[in-house]
Amino acid sequence: MDWSWLPTYLPLLPNAIFITLQLVVFTMFFGLLLAIPLGLAQVTGPKWLAVAAREYCTFMRGTPLLIQLYILYYGLGSVFSSYPDLRQGWYWFILKEGYYYAILAFVLNEAGYLGEILRGAFLSVPKGELEAGRACGMSPFQVLRRIWLPRALRIALPALGGETMLTLKATPLAALVTVADVFSVADKVRQETYIIYPPLIMVMVIYMLLTFIITRIFNHYEMQVPVRR
Amino acid sequence: MFPEVLTFGRTGFADELLRGVFVTVYIAALAFTLGIFLGLIGAVAKLYGGMVSRFIANFYTTVIRAIPELVLILFLFFAGTRGISTLGEFIGYGPVEVNGTLAAILVLGFVQGAYSTEVLRGAIQAIPSGQIEAARAIGMSPFLALKRVIIPAMLPNAIPGLANLWLSVIKDTALIMVTGASAELAGTTRAAAGFTKQYFMFYFIALMIYYTLTKISNFFIYRLERYVRRGQPKLA
Repeated sequence: MDWSWLPTYLPLLPNAIFITLQLVVFTMFFGLLLAIPLGLAQVTGPKWLAVAAREYCTFMRGTPLLIQLYILYYGLGSVFSSYPDLRQGWYWFILKEGYYYAILAFVLNEAGYLGEILRGAFLSVPKGELEAGRACGMSPFQVLRRIWLPRALRIALPALGGETMLTLKATPLAALVTVADVFSVADKVRQETYIIYPPLIMVMVIYMLLTFIITRIFNHYEMQVPVRR
Repeated sequence: MFPEVLTFGRTGFADELLRGVFVTVYIAALAFTLGIFLGLIGAVAKLYGGMVSRFIANFYTTVIRAIPELVLILFLFFAGTRGISTLGEFIGYGPVEVNGTLAAILVLGFVQGAYSTEVLRGAIQAIPSGQIEAARAIGMSPFLALKRVIIPAMLPNAIPGLANLWLSVIKDTALIMVTGASAELAGTTRAAAGFTKQYFMFYFIALMIYYTLTKISNFFIYRLERYVRRGQPKLA
């Protein structure tokens, strides 16, 4: 085992970890925002909207994230490159950056998983609580904001923790579209020094630590509200 | 008008893609089977094993499930193929070329094994313990009890979890593309897209194929679940 590369590449790590965590946080946040309408549509929406939301979730859950990422990055990229004018626009710095494609792909994919989870959570909120809200004169939106959504999120919390872990484990795919995350450090070491295993082992240990930390954080929040069993 | 790159034969990629679908299903099916086999060993080790085998099983599932599949697959792929090659040299066989498809099956199977262990452990734990004790009391050997009582009784509990694993192993075969070792669907798609520069079309076709595989799987999973639950009382 050759660890001589470590001092040279160690300074890359803090930023790499920061980018990986950024990917996780943005994916979960925007994924959840998108999942709320997806879950609601399946529970209370009109038939055609419910079917559309369900098919969206099945599609995102049924196809590999790697290909979803590639169709956005390479597929859209090749479409964009046939319009040279785009390069002059102010938004080109977004369109050329793999980072934004990775976030977009992760968010769309994660929304499919979270939509399915929220559907179940919305359904398991006791009917009486919603009726009580309505009886107090709340508008449907107020019932959603004050009762239905908070209760559903609380019910879904353990599943959200699991999804956050799965998201963390999906982030190394971003390195394949030039994002400088934790996994890309191992890739860089391999390309520049031809050392394969030690950097991969280091990266694996980092991911294990991050997984452990995320599990602890969610456990902490799950403990805050006592659950009667 | 039908694009020429999608025809069969030398100018089109339809036959290559079709072959890719078969390789994908083939890798997924064998890796899944290997995973269940490892999972059964792991679950039995966790539930009935001694201290050492319990520790090994716990280490296996904890480590494998905490590391991203992509990193794991790359690591196992390089380490595995080099290990086998070194072993071949050691016993005087000369360096052994490991077939990429075989390596993919072994690596994915090893990863699946960790997830299967947890699914099967949960399913076995859900069996009323009296049934297993009854099998022992009648004088069945542990292996016979596994075959006649534990496996049939746990199947209804295990099928949903195993079905999820099947769907995820199909998707995980796409990660093999990164090693470039096998002509499965994702790798073939990348080659075709790169050759024709029609990235959007080919990746879109690949997505549709994976989606179809999922839909077909769901159809059979639904029937299988109904089959193993026959005779069970319906939930309220």
